Amino acid sequence: MILLDLILILVTGGIASWIAARRSAMVARWITLASLLVNLILGIGIWIAHLGRSQSNPARWFVQCNFNWIPQFGIRIHLAIDGLSLALLLLTYFLGIMAVLSSWREIRERVGFFHFNLLWVLAGITGVFLAMDVFLFYLFWELMLVPMYFLIGIWGHERRIYAATKFFLFTQLSGLLMLIAIIALAILHHQSTGIFTFDYEQLLKTALSPRAARLLMIGFLAAFLVKLPAFPFHTWLPDAHTEAPTAGSVILAGLLLKTGAYGLIRFVLPLFPGPSRELAPILMSIGVAGILYGAVLAVGQTDLKRLVAYTSVSHMGFVLLGVFAGNEIALEGAVVQMISHGISTGALFILAGLLQERMHTREIAAMGGLWETMPALSGAGMVFAMASLGLPGLGDFVGEFLVLLGAYRANVPLTVVASLGLLAATLYGLRVAQNAFQGSNPHHWKLPDMLPREWMVLGLMMVGLLWIGLYPQPILNTVRPSLAAAQQSAFTQEIVRR
Amino acid sequence: MLQLLWLVVAIPVASATLLALFGSNLSRRVVAVLGAGSVGVAALITLLIGAVFLASPPMGNVYVQHLWTWMSSGGFTPEIAFYLDPVSLLMLLVVTFVGFLIHLYSVEYMHDDEGYARFFAYMNLFVASMITLVLANNLLLLYLGWEGVGLCSFLLIGFWYRDPQNVRAAAKAFIVTRFGDTAFAVGLLLLFTRLGTLDIQDAMHRAAMQWSTGSSIATAAAALLLGGAVAKSAQLPLQTWLPDAMAGPTPTSALIHAATMVTAGVYLIARTHVLFTLAPSIQFLVAIIGTVTMLLAAFSALAQRDMKRVLAYSTISQIGYMFLALGLGAWSAAMFHFMTHAFFKALLFLAAGVVIHAVHEQDLYRMGGLRKELRLAFWAFVIGGSALAGLPLITAGFFSKDLILWQSWAGPNGNAWFWAAGMTGALLTSLYTFRMILLAFYGPQQLHVRAKSGLAVRVSLVVLCSLSLVGGYVDTPPHFGGTPALSNFLNSVLPPLEEVHIGPITETMTVLSASTVFALGLWLAYLIFGPKRSRQPAQNLLEQLWLAGWGFDWLYDKLLVRPFQWIARKSAADPVDVPINGLAQVTVLGYRALRLTQTGQVRWYAAGLALGTAAILAIAFVAR
Repeated sequence: MILLDLILILVTGGIASWIAARRSAMVARWITLASLLVNLILGIGIWIAHLGRSQSNPARWFVQCNFNWIPQFGIRIHLAIDGLSLALLLLTYFLGIMAVLSSWREIRERVGFFHFNLLWVLAGITGVFLAMDVFLFYLFWELMLVPMYFLIGIWGHERRIYAATKFFLFTQLSGLLMLIAIIALAILHHQSTGIFTFDYEQLLKTALSPRAARLLMIGFLAAFLVKLPAFPFHTWLPDAHTEAPTAGSVILAGLLLKTGAYGLIRFVLPLFPGPSRELAPILMSIGVAGILYGAVLAVGQTDLKRLVAYTSVSHMGFVLLGVFAGNEIALEGAVVQMISHGISTGALFILAGLLQERMHTREIAAMGGLWETMPALSGAGMVFAMASLGLPGLGDFVGEFLVLLGAYRANVPLTVVASLGLLAATLYGLRVAQNAFQGSNPHHWKLPDMLPREWMVLGLMMVGLLWIGLYPQPILNTVRPSLAAAQQSAFTQEIVRR
Repeated sequence: MLQLLWLVVAIPVASATLLALFGSNLSRRVVAVLGAGSVGVAALITLLIGAVFLASPPMGNVYVQHLWTWMSSGGFTPEIAFYLDPVSLLMLLVVTFVGFLIHLYSVEYMHDDEGYARFFAYMNLFVASMITLVLANNLLLLYLGWEGVGLCSFLLIGFWYRDPQNVRAAAKAFIVTRFGDTAFAVGLLLLFTRLGTLDIQDAMHRAAMQWSTGSSIATAAAALLLGGAVAKSAQLPLQTWLPDAMAGPTPTSALIHAATMVTAGVYLIARTHVLFTLAPSIQFLVAIIGTVTMLLAAFSALAQRDMKRVLAYSTISQIGYMFLALGLGAWSAAMFHFMTHAFFKALLFLAAGVVIHAVHEQDLYRMGGLRKELRLAFWAFVIGGSALAGLPLITAGFFSKDLILWQSWAGPNGNAWFWAAGMTGALLTSLYTFRMILLAFYGPQQLHVRAKSGLAVRVSLVVLCSLSLVGGYVDTPPHFGGTPALSNFLNSVLPPLEEVHIGPITETMTVLSASTVFALGLWLAYLIFGPKRSRQPAQNLLEQLWLAGWGFDWLYDKLLVRPFQWIARKSAADPVDVPINGLAQVTVLGYRALRLTQTGQVRWYAAGLALGTAAILAIAFVAR
């Protein structure tokens, strides 16, 4: 039941804050914050409980709940949590809190509806990370989409309608392909066993012909690769990230992209082991192309948020590379990269939001020399830019290095090309760090430095990155069994070349 | 006592964190105590550790302190662990001790700067990263220190961030070294994949067991590590960042860009010397790179007008000597020269800082005659310069350079060419050193001296002066009745060099030649740049080329920077988006076109229906 509560708290919290906002916007904010805090505490509680008995009880799922929903088609409300889901849920609530705090002052119009949408996106994300019924998974997948559309379309910046529409079309179309694949999978399962079910664990056992498996996998891949996003399906991302309000960008970059990667690990690898192995070289190449393409385009951007958006394309390329490299190191690296990218990129978007709130522009050319007037904010910007360019000691490095280390076993030339991404990352990282904060302050900005609330947000995120950068073991230990399960079927024997 | 090792890293980290977070609210006195004091305490602990290490060496002459496992995934288990052996102890002593002197100097030198706390925060972070680099027991932790010092170097070069030129220099340093770092990172991937560990000792052991000498895999691994070393140590072809790095405050140049960080490449190669022994072609390449860099940079130093740039090129050139030694397999000689170079080059930079502070000028041709008013700086320059140029018997630099010169002939890889090149380099070194001293301190005085140095500056200069004089006595040639104590100390880690070539060049001859070229350089400098000569910077083409560092910047700008900027600019609008937006536009056009048919007139609709029916019937008829 606790899993259902996680979703219900957000759903009702959203409705409550919408209603409460009629009286006071502040109450709506506090309700939202409180719902997320409760969920974070529940999540940590699950983690602690799991740590306490993990040795004695090797069961796959920490907690489950499973009800009938539409028995005619065997559709059930089946939620279950394992290490991978848990890690991503903790990230979800952490970043959710950061997103609420960072838009504390930014959002002044329709505050109630804003927080309603915010919590409902997060409820959808929670559902995506928990659903073990494929139909239910699709439902949550769509549930994420609509509130996000509103967040971008209503509270976004200048070109918000274009961006929101583009985001909606890309995700909706690719999602439909997944729906077709889901239904086809259930039908094939029915044909071979005579049972109608959408249950994840049942469907894992479906016997598929190689041809069918390949086709169905493409359906799933479509949804996940667009969401990830993988080159060349990434073009919705820079628009959506740039135009969204700060909280929207944080959730998009920090969490929504991760649902794509999660889908690859949870569904594509174990459901379609054969084609995963076959297509791995192509998918890895797409990942590498994304790494370099995103990095080069990031260097050329003039809009700070757009620049950060392209760095996401680059970083998520590492995730794709890691997922399909077919060994433990790379896959674990991909998950670390997912989490630490969520924090580092989320922080960069918050930073861009703080700058925009103060300067009313996102143009890098209009900045410069901000260190003079906002030393603390600029220092924080330096830290997150360094995290983004992969400085050892901060989280992103661990993820990227593990991915490269694993990928090197699978494919040496691709990995060597991918590591050029580290070099390109230097260029965009320095562009953020230098063009915004260093230089001579030609525009004579005089701006207030960070407030205590902002300090707290960015400070917590820095601590998170340092923790992942210097001691990622708790995360690795938590997600390891789930990843092993996902990979077992896909890459049965790992070939280690010596 | 050795258990205190972790504190040597932790104390500067803690002080850097405090300064970064609260520095702006602290008084200058507190900042100074924290900033210099933390490194001072680290130096004291190091002295204690060193004393214990020498008095009662731990088993196998190695002490390892395991702190925690950094990460563990699929058999990859790098640790956060410190490894203390004679080589890392030597590095540690130099880093903390010279580091402390430079911090002490900075307490006074940076006193009037508004970024006082920020400066010490960066410097302390640098010391911590450098120590991590030196003490790392595995290559990934070494890489962390490696990138950490790179970051601090970047932050300190751009310390005065208001000047766009400094910012550009900082970016250049970061980007150029990242080229090497990327190669280094790929090297790590290769080493782990093939050897199954990044622990330095294990990896070297396994490499020696599994790989045959000259095998392609050993060659590739050594080449990749060399890429990292070349960039960090500013050797050809990635040397271009160091002269521009002089944009940073002078103590930074002394600590990072002369004494410690830039020698990290030398340390890396010495640490992984087993790998380079397995790849003779790469080891030979190291010697070639060192020799060529040494000569080219020495010529460039000869033509610079900016005092700090002379010293920068001199640093490149001296590290060239260390690379030459590494390439010859004279590992201990390289480490010895690293140590003496840290002393005299730090001294020269700090003395240069005094001069620059006093006259607010860095152009040698506008200085002159300063020896009367800046006596301490003058003597520091004379002592440091003599050590750099290798004044026989009474300076530290003489002994270390002489060892390299002798082994460039006597060692198994040595030959007359290396020996001759080394001698030429020594001549050039003497020439540019005394040119600098003559131009700055002799001749008519042109500038007014505005500031005198205080106690902190004087103490650090005097201590470094004495180290530059006596530092060489730790390793004196046995041929002349000396004891090579340092080489013996390092022998358990770095195998001694066999002397295979005996005659016609002898050790005596090397010493005499080195002394002769020193005197020759001094004499030539006096002839060309002496007080009686006219003071005009030469304008001929060759010197212009030397001044511009042989045109590498120009070449890279045309070859790499501009094309990349062009690509980034042209692709900024995301070419992938073009077909997608095109599709959207076609849809909109189609919708507009179809909308035209919605006229509300029934006869048009009826006509449409009729035509459509006819068309379908026609198709059905034809298809049948």
